[in-house]
Amino acid sequence: MKFLSQLISGISLGSIYSLIALGYTMVYGIAKMLNFAHGDVIMIGAFVIYTLCVTAGLPTIICVLIAIVFCTLLGVTIERFAYKPLRQATSLAVLITAIGVSYLLQNVALLIFGSDTKSFTSVVTIDPISFAGGELVISGETIVTIIVSVIIMIALVIFVNKSKPGKAMLAVSEDKGAAQLMGINVNGTIALTFAIGSALAAIAGALLCSTYPALSPYTGAMPGIKAFVAAVLGGIGSIPGAMIGGIVLGVIENLSKGYISSQLSDAIVFAVLIVVLLVRPTGIMGKKINEKV
Amino acid sequence: MKLKKILAVLLALVMVLSFAACTKTTGTEDGSNVEASNVDSNNTFEKEGVIKIGGIGPLTGDAALYGNAVKYGAELAVNEINAAGGINGYKVEYKMEDDMHDAEKSVNAYGVLKDWGMQMLMGTVTSVPCTAVSDEAANDNMFLLTPSGSAVECLQAGDTLFRVCFSDPNQGIASADYIANNNVAKKIGIIFNSSDVYSTGIKDKFVEQAATKGLEIVATEAFTNDSATDFTAQLTNIKANGAELVFLPIYTAPASLILQQANTMGFAPIFFGCDGLDGILSVENFDASLAEGVMLLTPFVANATDTATVNFVNGFKALADEKYLNQFAADAYDAIYAIKAAAEKANVTPDMDVAATGDAMKAAMVEISIDGVTGAGITWTADGEPSKEPKAVKIVNGEYVAP
Repeated sequence: MKFLSQLISGISLGSIYSLIALGYTMVYGIAKMLNFAHGDVIMIGAFVIYTLCVTAGLPTIICVLIAIVFCTLLGVTIERFAYKPLRQATSLAVLITAIGVSYLLQNVALLIFGSDTKSFTSVVTIDPISFAGGELVISGETIVTIIVSVIIMIALVIFVNKSKPGKAMLAVSEDKGAAQLMGINVNGTIALTFAIGSALAAIAGALLCSTYPALSPYTGAMPGIKAFVAAVLGGIGSIPGAMIGGIVLGVIENLSKGYISSQLSDAIVFAVLIVVLLVRPTGIMGKKINEKV
Repeated sequence: MKLKKILAVLLALVMVLSFAACTKTTGTEDGSNVEASNVDSNNTFEKEGVIKIGGIGPLTGDAALYGNAVKYGAELAVNEINAAGGINGYKVEYKMEDDMHDAEKSVNAYGVLKDWGMQMLMGTVTSVPCTAVSDEAANDNMFLLTPSGSAVECLQAGDTLFRVCFSDPNQGIASADYIANNNVAKKIGIIFNSSDVYSTGIKDKFVEQAATKGLEIVATEAFTNDSATDFTAQLTNIKANGAELVFLPIYTAPASLILQQANTMGFAPIFFGCDGLDGILSVENFDASLAEGVMLLTPFVANATDTATVNFVNGFKALADEKYLNQFAADAYDAIYAIKAAAEKANVTPDMDVAATGDAMKAAMVEISIDGVTGAGITWTADGEPSKEPKAVKIVNGEYVAP
């Protein structure tokens, strides 16, 4: 019973990682850049919802929709002003810029909202399901997070493989130059990728803070990094991989907390990352690419 | 292209300047506050010169609640002292620098305050930065009185270092004593922050003392600053081992999550914390019903009816937001009055240098006894520890009350 309970909380945590990892992997898969500011866009999304819901008292669903629009605009703006000028620069320069954007967002949030931890009101109103006389409890947030993650995963896979802008994304991810020669608007496609990634961040923010209702300017940072590990574990760039990687990581983290040591759980999580990179650098679902010389 | 570059530089400059302007405004706002209170009583000082007391603490960041509480508690005491003629007839100035609960920033703040002319330090607020700053203070023979730096290490660097709050061992021992003596529970689970010296310090002594008091520790679970979101695994283990009481020697942010997650799990033991849990009801938008029945060790209860507390509480509410009214504010208030008592005993004057002040103050500290809001007849030992009775409070209907 204890094992099942730990497994369920692992899946709950993992579903959050999955949701965040989808945004990471989406941007990485298309734009080939690690958007380390993703976790902070999540935090901004959560703050937008917090402000609208708690302070202004708007209905939950409207708050979430506004947050999605806000984060989409924020993502496109970040891309336009921070990343687009660096399109020809080395990937290291882009990476450092992403870290810069991450700190910028954190500190702007610190200026506006202050550093006090705020208690987030859950956007989910589904009651928890309990089994075995209350021994096992699955919270409403977990159920919603898993369903939302699966829907987003399927929608993204269909969008990328079937729709025209999606196919343009695939083309851009394979070869920017060639895609441009084929008449694809590369900048527009990358901007669209960021728009989708950031909209996902708003949803992730709503569910992350509903599950763990402590909101501060640093809320997005650590889940962002863990989700990045999840994305690498699942195979970065692979959309189903992000989903699986997230769940696997959450379960590993919780079981090591429950059965090995609650102090060592983070060490174990990151050791998993190192092992994956050594044994199978492309991750669980990653495609093996043979570089032609 | 060239125009674009110039434009970019201009825009960047505008941004930097506007940020600078922002900080400037808040700076003068704070400054004018202090000045205003000084102007009021400017003419009443017997002697020329100013005794400058520095303060360091987290005014922003995760632990800002504690830093701001200390800031306002100290300001209140300084205003009162100045209104009554200052220390030894000299005006008192208090200036607090932000360290964001970061050791490095704290040491930098110490340097800034020394440049300002600080004669003694009433800080720092949190343990880790305090330990770093205490090394510097010991080097300078600077008198340091921390209101709330409770780690043992805070006072180890020298003999001019003192504190107002309990040390961590004292809190851990007192908690175990309190639980055992009042029969609160027999089977105890612990969740502590293994990346924090405050939390591990209390936990270690609690475990030792619990053993001698016949309390059974059924589970000891940890988390770190980087994994302070999900506690279900820890709570599941503690629940499975049948704990009646969960000891939480941690700060409010993770504790609010633990209470919420325990509630979701349907796990309802007694939660017992130390001073770090003080202020849990001030977490914005926090559902206070989750904290119902939580017990914590604190020397200060805002709704106590003794004159000292009532005066302090009324004065504080007139000065600052009520959410900062907690034990940290009370500690800081007592700290300033302890400095006043010791400085008067040692006859400290503004023209004494830092080292001479330190020598005079450390000799006087062990001789004074003050009746403050955190306890009556507080005295100090030569190694800097205060002696006062630990007390526990319980949260009932969203208020801290004596159990």
